[in-house]
Amino acid sequence: MNLLGAVEESFKRDLGTFNIGDTVKVYVKVVEGDKERIQPFQGVVIGRKGCGTRETFMVRKVSFGVGVEKIFPVCSPNIDRIEVIKRGDVRRSKLYYLRGKKGKAAKIKEKEMSAL
Amino acid sequence: MTGILGKKLGMTQVFDESGKMWPVTVVEAGPCCVVQVKTREKDGYEAVKIGFSEVKKAKKVNKPSRGVFTKAGVAPYKLLKEFPLGDIKVGEMLTVERFQKGDLISVTGISKGKGFQGVMKRHNYSGGPASHGSMFYRAPGSIGASSFPSRVWKNKGLPGHMGSVRVTVKNLKIVDVKVDQNLLLIYGAVPGTKGTYLEIRKER
Repeated sequence: MNLLGAVEESFKRDLGTFNIGDTVKVYVKVVEGDKERIQPFQGVVIGRKGCGTRETFMVRKVSFGVGVEKIFPVCSPNIDRIEVIKRGDVRRSKLYYLRGKKGKAAKIKEKEMSAL
Repeated sequence: MTGILGKKLGMTQVFDESGKMWPVTVVEAGPCCVVQVKTREKDGYEAVKIGFSEVKKAKKVNKPSRGVFTKAGVAPYKLLKEFPLGDIKVGEMLTVERFQKGDLISVTGISKGKGFQGVMKRHNYSGGPASHGSMFYRAPGSIGASSFPSRVWKNKGLPGHMGSVRVTVKNLKIVDVKVDQNLLLIYGAVPGTKGTYLEIRKER
């Protein structure tokens, strides 16, 4: 079992800490033909699930009035880096309720720095 | 041909350089020691007997097989299997270095036991409709005609014990070879539970 754990451990990466409700910018590596570039995806982290190399997080943003959600594997080598823009103050581990909300109702309270 | 013995450790998922995710079975394969080389002159066929999973206490091996190990001058092993490996000497160690990333292999092992199962699970019969008052759910249905042959044909699939049999899965791809840890990462599932002993073969 330890050997299996070691295999998983070798894929773990340090992407910094981010929590549910945070607004993050995920820099994703995109390969087009033989060129590689980095494309950012900015949105709110609305969930994290799984463990080990299977762990994923979901980022939601509203793009031109259309809700877009992307699921990223935490251990994926396609993620270049993650930047935390805002720390959100939420009381739930899954923010699926944001899907039905628009405008001000879909806004997440910002965490006060003193609380951190 | 290349062959090695291994132990299934379990499944996980890994990424390759391009970022593609692969579901893999992690197998601890080798090092395997050559215990005996069989020749056409002496044994009638050519094969190499290799041992895997060293037994720490020689006392745990029964006397006749202990004799085999002392004669070969190697440590006693839990599992012994024969492979037609070709030119090789007694006492040599086989490691995962004989395999490469991208190789297609076949894996043999004892599958998970399923107990006594009905025909739908055991033989993929379709069963009957679940609703609309069918009253015929998971039964095999008719198992033969009356006047001819007036008996049930041989090999007719019927309920019974399923699993715990020797199964070979062919054309599995090796995703990664970890030489320092003696690990093979094989794409997809292989027979058996965690801890099942496996025979791994590479044809060609």
